[in-house]
Amino acid sequence: MIRLNFELPSLTLGKSAALDASNPSAEEDSYALEVRNLSVYYDSFRAVKDINLKLPKRKITAFIGPSGCGKSTLLRTFNRMNDLIPGVRVEGEVLFNGYNLYAPGVDAVEVRRRIGMVFQKPNPFPKSIYENIAWGARINGYRGNMDELVEQTLRQAALWDEVKDKLHQSGLSLSGGQQQRLCIARAIAIKPEIILMDEPASALDPISTLKIEELMRQLAEKYTIVVVTHNMQQAARISDYTAFLMMDEDRAGYLVEYGTTAQIFTNPREKATEDYITGRFG
Amino acid sequence: MMEGTVGLIGYLKQGEAIMLRQTFEREMQRLQDELLVLGSMVEHAITDSVEALKKRDLEWSRQLVADDRLINEKRFQIEADVLTLIATQQPIAGDLRVLASTLEIAAELERMGDYAKGIANINLMIGEEPLIKPLIDIPRMAAKAREMLHRALDAFVRRDIEAARAIPVEDDEVDNLYNQVYRELITLILANPKNIDQANHLLWAAHNLERTADRVTNICERTIFTVTGQMAEIGKEHSGYRLG
Repeated sequence: MIRLNFELPSLTLGKSAALDASNPSAEEDSYALEVRNLSVYYDSFRAVKDINLKLPKRKITAFIGPSGCGKSTLLRTFNRMNDLIPGVRVEGEVLFNGYNLYAPGVDAVEVRRRIGMVFQKPNPFPKSIYENIAWGARINGYRGNMDELVEQTLRQAALWDEVKDKLHQSGLSLSGGQQQRLCIARAIAIKPEIILMDEPASALDPISTLKIEELMRQLAEKYTIVVVTHNMQQAARISDYTAFLMMDEDRAGYLVEYGTTAQIFTNPREKATEDYITGRFG
Repeated sequence: MMEGTVGLIGYLKQGEAIMLRQTFEREMQRLQDELLVLGSMVEHAITDSVEALKKRDLEWSRQLVADDRLINEKRFQIEADVLTLIATQQPIAGDLRVLASTLEIAAELERMGDYAKGIANINLMIGEEPLIKPLIDIPRMAAKAREMLHRALDAFVRRDIEAARAIPVEDDEVDNLYNQVYRELITLILANPKNIDQANHLLWAAHNLERTADRVTNICERTIFTVTGQMAEIGKEHSGYRLG
């Protein structure tokens, strides 16, 4: 089993011929993920085709596009969540710090620890707020002061002040927006490098949405965030880079345009992007 | 499972785009019509102010000074409509550039209206005095500036960047007429220093028309920006700023 432990490459990975080839240059080092010629199939149906993308570290990249264009499918390839769906096949590479997540022997559980995920509907464990944070850290072998970790994590998730007096109440007793921040806290408690977010605020009211957005901007100082959103204004507000996908005639999602969010939303190069973001179709 | 997620919209190709934002499109069209109404008001103000000066029609000039208020109001109304559309419809990309340009062009038109009002005031200041020279080149300047303005607004609504690039070149014609008027008036001052007041006033009128034509160039630059995202002075596109 290959551990994705690149902090000490010479020590732990130096003898692996497969990984020697991936010695990230300084330029590559500034990308958290590099997607190369990626296609995803559900049995014989190709859902996403020929994606090439580089996602910069500690930036927020938004995926936008009409329903069914493969945004979520693409997002799920970044931490191998698609492995859990029967019949899914992935072609191409997703390089994480230079290592292909789809190389034989890569531990998908380890991938999901390093690349966390937050879903559309808040899904806290039916346990206490405290345990929602502590559980993941504990099973990942955390030996430090758990109270400190819980507080620090909840502070990072901008939730501490609201829950510090009821840490042992159920996570499900919180409001929707608080539950989602708890899920974000749970994701960051195990110190991932990348956080994937699939419509993280679409089930929330406007104020809770803004809190999540503000939190995402703060988290981007430490983490790389990739977010799928149907809310164009949200993508414009929070992301540094935007990728626009749409469906081709064969119904496979492909990347139409990728650029800085400022460019995509003020002067997109492609007519299809312009038509979509200005609400002419989609 | 995937069948369910593939909506009809997924099959739409470019060019087959259905009209999803008819209300917004209608508002954008209405705003453009309002901008053309403002343009038309200013076009008339330019030539009318010079015509009144030439005919020494003080009553007409008084009316033109008063009517400038209508131009200002129309400009403010356009500005308010643009801000309302931005606030309520969240336009982006090309739509946002159109609205930003509309704000800018409405401001340019309003200033041109001020120049015309200035010419009307000059007629009032000259008062009952006879003109020291027949007005020939100043009306030519007004006609040329008006015609350039008309075509510049037409280029904007048609998003015609070729026309937008060509129109400012004709500004030289207005500049040449201005230089001619200038030399003529200086000659009249040298011939008789008593002419100095009126010559100064007429030079001011010519200067206003020269500035009007300059502002036509600004409108053309906004047309190019609307289409390309490029903010630059015409002829110096390489040194400008590109949006995105």
